Amino acid sequence: MAMEVTQVLLNAQSIDGAVRKNAEDSLKQFQEQNLPVFLVSLSGELANEEKPVETRKLAGLVLKNALDAKEQHRKFELVQRWLSLDGNAKSQIKACLLKTLTSPVSDARSTASQVIAKVAGIELPHKQWPELIGSLLSNVHQLPAQAKQATLETLGYLCEEVSPDVIDQDQVNKILTAVVQGMSSSEGNTDVRLAATRALYNALGFAQANFSNDMERDYIMRVVCEATLSPEVRIRQAAFECLVSISSTYYEKLAPYIQDIFNITAKAVREDEEPVALQAIEFWSSICDEEIDILEEYGGNFTGDSDIPCFYFIKQALPALVPMLLETLLKQEEDQDQDEGAWNIAMAGGTCLGLVARTVGDDIVPLVVPFIEENISKQDWRQREAATYAFGSILEGPSPEKLIPLVNVALTFMLSALTKDPNSHVKDTTAWTLGRIFEFLRGSVVDSPIISQANCQQIITVLLQSMKDTPNVAEKACGALYFLAQGYEEMGPSSPLTPFFQEIVQSLLTVTHREDAGESRLRTAAYETLNEVVRCSTDETAPLVLQLVPVIMMELHNTLEGQKLSSDEREKQSELQGLLCGCLQVIIQKLGASEPTKYVFMQYADQIMGLFLRVFACRSATVHEEAMLAIGALAYATGADFAKYMPEFYRYLEMGLQNFEEYQVCAVTVGVVGDISRALEEKIVPYCDGIMTQLLKNLSSNQLHRSVKPPIFSCFGDIALAVGEYFEKYLMWAMSALQSAAELSTHIAGDDELVEYTNSLRNGILEAYSGIFQGFKNSPKTQLLIPYAPHILQFLDGIYMEKDMDDVVMKTAIGVLGDLADTLGSHAGSMIQQSVSSKDFLNECLSSEDLMIKESAEWAKLAISRAISV
Amino acid sequence: MAPHDNRRPFKRAAISDQQKRRELSLLRQAQNRRDAQQQARCLASSILSLQSAAPESQPEQSDIELETVPEAEQESEAFSKDLDVRQASKLRGPEVRKWFARQLMLPEWMIDVPDRLAQDWYVFARPAGKRCFVVSSNGTTVSRQRNGSILHHFPSALPAGAKIRDGSGSAQSYCILDCIFHELDQTYYVIDMVCWNGYSLYDCTAEFRFYWLNSKLEESGACNAPSHYHKFRFSAVPVYNCDQSGLHAAYTGVVPYAKDGLLFYNKHALYQTGNTPLALVWKDENCSQFVIDTDGKGEIPSQQQVVLELQDDRKLVTSDDPPVLFGCLDGDIIEKSGLHTGNLLRFAIGDGGLSFVDGKLEKADLIYLGKSNRARAFADSYSKVLFQFMVRHSPLKIDDLLASINSANDQEKTPSDIEMVG
Repeated sequence: MAMEVTQVLLNAQSIDGAVRKNAEDSLKQFQEQNLPVFLVSLSGELANEEKPVETRKLAGLVLKNALDAKEQHRKFELVQRWLSLDGNAKSQIKACLLKTLTSPVSDARSTASQVIAKVAGIELPHKQWPELIGSLLSNVHQLPAQAKQATLETLGYLCEEVSPDVIDQDQVNKILTAVVQGMSSSEGNTDVRLAATRALYNALGFAQANFSNDMERDYIMRVVCEATLSPEVRIRQAAFECLVSISSTYYEKLAPYIQDIFNITAKAVREDEEPVALQAIEFWSSICDEEIDILEEYGGNFTGDSDIPCFYFIKQALPALVPMLLETLLKQEEDQDQDEGAWNIAMAGGTCLGLVARTVGDDIVPLVVPFIEENISKQDWRQREAATYAFGSILEGPSPEKLIPLVNVALTFMLSALTKDPNSHVKDTTAWTLGRIFEFLRGSVVDSPIISQANCQQIITVLLQSMKDTPNVAEKACGALYFLAQGYEEMGPSSPLTPFFQEIVQSLLTVTHREDAGESRLRTAAYETLNEVVRCSTDETAPLVLQLVPVIMMELHNTLEGQKLSSDEREKQSELQGLLCGCLQVIIQKLGASEPTKYVFMQYADQIMGLFLRVFACRSATVHEEAMLAIGALAYATGADFAKYMPEFYRYLEMGLQNFEEYQVCAVTVGVVGDISRALEEKIVPYCDGIMTQLLKNLSSNQLHRSVKPPIFSCFGDIALAVGEYFEKYLMWAMSALQSAAELSTHIAGDDELVEYTNSLRNGILEAYSGIFQGFKNSPKTQLLIPYAPHILQFLDGIYMEKDMDDVVMKTAIGVLGDLADTLGSHAGSMIQQSVSSKDFLNECLSSEDLMIKESAEWAKLAISRAISV
Repeated sequence: MAPHDNRRPFKRAAISDQQKRRELSLLRQAQNRRDAQQQARCLASSILSLQSAAPESQPEQSDIELETVPEAEQESEAFSKDLDVRQASKLRGPEVRKWFARQLMLPEWMIDVPDRLAQDWYVFARPAGKRCFVVSSNGTTVSRQRNGSILHHFPSALPAGAKIRDGSGSAQSYCILDCIFHELDQTYYVIDMVCWNGYSLYDCTAEFRFYWLNSKLEESGACNAPSHYHKFRFSAVPVYNCDQSGLHAAYTGVVPYAKDGLLFYNKHALYQTGNTPLALVWKDENCSQFVIDTDGKGEIPSQQQVVLELQDDRKLVTSDDPPVLFGCLDGDIIEKSGLHTGNLLRFAIGDGGLSFVDGKLEKADLIYLGKSNRARAFADSYSKVLFQFMVRHSPLKIDDLLASINSANDQEKTPSDIEMVG
């Protein structure tokens, strides 16, 4: 049998497609027929020193794929399958894996490391394989070095795979000791030291206790800093990666080391190879991230309480840090702006400079201004570009008062550079900088606006001119225009852009038709800017927005004129359709928001809907998210008349609800069901069976991304509110789904992310209850809801007691209490009076400072007092 | 283990426009959902109040009181109509004027003093000016006069009253206020609150509405001085319990506006559109410049004038519901003047005056003058005609009102519950 596996694995790597296919089929068949034997023979293959390295590696990979998968539900299945696998087989496999760690063949060792970590990831949380860590650690003290290297690598993968609470502190200590010893300068073998350094990166999350112990922390920090000076570049890089990770995980422990770290990073930035220098810069970017977060939290509460105090590392390092970063700006690569994937020291340094500006605010300005003045007019394009980039970087953070005098001086220069500078790179950065000026110094935040009647014309002329420049410059010019338009959002009935509206729209449409609009995401930028210009337009230009409707419709129509397309072309076409549907969505939302424009717009509704349906039809497998979003907006604008589109549209709606893979599409479609329910009201009844069945199916599936579940519950409420007592058909099923979700969402313990998710789940559940109660209100069937009331009140009690609900949930929850009282009347009166916390909850909401909560509470109070008095 | 890539976004906006569109959609949907729920809640509670407030008008209860049946139907129909101001905004031209014209609660004229004035009623001095509905929605505010014509179109600090994005007022939120526009200080005096921030108050008692009016109006900033986004100032009026001191304060108290009579509101009355006896207006020369109706030239005609509606059987009726019959018009006048059913006609009351039997109008001495002003939307109400008649012959005096309170006082001590001070 072992022979067989080798041959099959070899065939599976054959260049002959048929042979390969055949081999893959046999592997699959083998796996299905006898899983334990299959896995054991794979591990045997991996461990067998006589086998060719390719089959050993592939055997390990197939084994690894039998333990883990990307999709959550698949992963879960595989974990269950391994746990229930025959114990003997598992022991054999594990023995083979551990044995392979000492193999002389490096690929085999490395593969085994990864597989061991996967098995550990499954078994350690179940308290299985307790001897693993012990036996790994005993390896570390063994020779040869390659076994040591493989073991350290395994420990690294293991730390990546399992969560810190699964391993007890005693074992953590041993792992860290082995790892840190392995990376110390006394370790003579480079591979061992590299493996240890990379392992530490993953093990840092386990070192909470050790970082609280001064001696241990000093030791770890010393070893890491020493490793940044290693003669081996990969070790230096890995060591700086550790420093980056430490900067965010143990920010509050860094004070004693920060001076040394500055010296090390400064040296690396100035002298070391790029991969190392990039990590050294990243250390400071990461410190900025931390301090920005902390200071933001300070700003949010006046007592200055924060879990972590700010040590102002950046402020202290400023006089040395800023010159170091400014130097990096001069190290640009030619044509980096045309290369999407580019990332170099100048880019990292500039990005860090921007973060520093956000961290320290005004203090950075005097340190950067001399550099700008010195370089902005120099012969060498690198100097002009660096100066411009430095200027653009500090526009976010410092106060407008500090920046405005500078910007007023610079604006004319910038506008001239954007048209006249001979270097495309300089123009690119100049356009970007103009965008930043418009973004951060808009009229609403400054007293004396940068843009006046006097220079508005010139600014627009220059930007529209630049849209004819090379794609990367044109894209930045679009971006600048985007922020320029945004500055006038909700600024009043009249906008200074009004006189130029037609010209701007025309120029943007011209850009979308450029031959090279596919480069530097220019076409996307042009449509995004068009969208923003429409969003921020005023009543004055509403007729012009209306004129845009047939234009965009024609563009969309043109993409649908069927010619046979290659798959590459089809992808491009779909992307363009997405942009056009997105643009229509923005226009529909804009025009639909005011009665007179909506009225005129509606003449296009039939044709637009026809186009959307054709967009769906040309993608056979899945619906287009953008078209779906646009249809939601259209349904809202159309109201009950949307019913006429339903017969044709329904199948795509269903298709969207079934799209588990692209869960965003599913979520968007669920939202659109809500739009349609509100638009159609009882006219949605004929489609309810299909929709409700699919929604219930989605809820019970573990394949669907969890973020879609709360909106599904809210959607129940939308439907119930729309169809009223007709919802009776689904009541039992919906209530039972709600009830089990409610139980899950009452008692939770977890991180912020889980709390946030739980609150969104609660909100969905509560919105469903509200919709159902209000939907049944005044129907003879209200009594059907009475049996569910105790559970709902219990749920409300539960979340009130947990004390971790957010304001949105609070508002919805108190509303449900009112709805229950309102709909059930006297039936609810006594139940509410008996409930544990209704009264306290109501009082708390009544005295809330949040107006929405207060208003809901006032309504609930009214409804309850009526229910009790009847 | 591969090295870790720490590249950051470069020269890019952090959020994609698609993500922005998605988020804006979600925001709109959440808003729409909230509005739909809000609407359901308001609709539901108004129907509830209607049922409990008027159980005697249930059609199945009585075969005899046939005339109450259409009344009840009409009322509930009115309620469902009233609540959807957005639907109404889809109406065009004359329809919209008609719709708005029917939305105001119109006080009857006080022709006798109601019982329990001190306990059950509020009183306040009515500002002189144009009675109108102020509707804020979709970022704009419109005021419409009783005949439905637009008075102003302006931005205001009312919820949804101006295009300012602040998250509190949604596009679908709206307010309806019952106001009097006072020319002299260019102020909208709010005399009643019908809807606030999408929350209907039709079904709420005057007690609650006035409480809400006082707290919410101030909160919204609508009482602030005019500014770019708030073209006119709004103000509440001081409302008093109609006891001796309250009535006195309303009658003689100094207010920033010219008074035009006193308004009396029954505390327990819901906001009922059309003529209602649960709100009353009364005036004399001391508190109004316009006690006796003037003609088009602003002069008091020697004979009282009334406007009545011509019905298809030549009957002349008031705007009341059900209408009160005042007489019939000669067929030849109809023919000669080319009159049609529904025309509003002006008459003078001759020396024969009005005669009553058992408190009911029996005969009116009407002299046909011609068609009424086109701006008129309604005929006169019965109480108005009668009040004007009494003013010319035997007016109801302030002393009569005070006396009525005093005599009630003798019987029971007035409990004073809420002191409204505007």
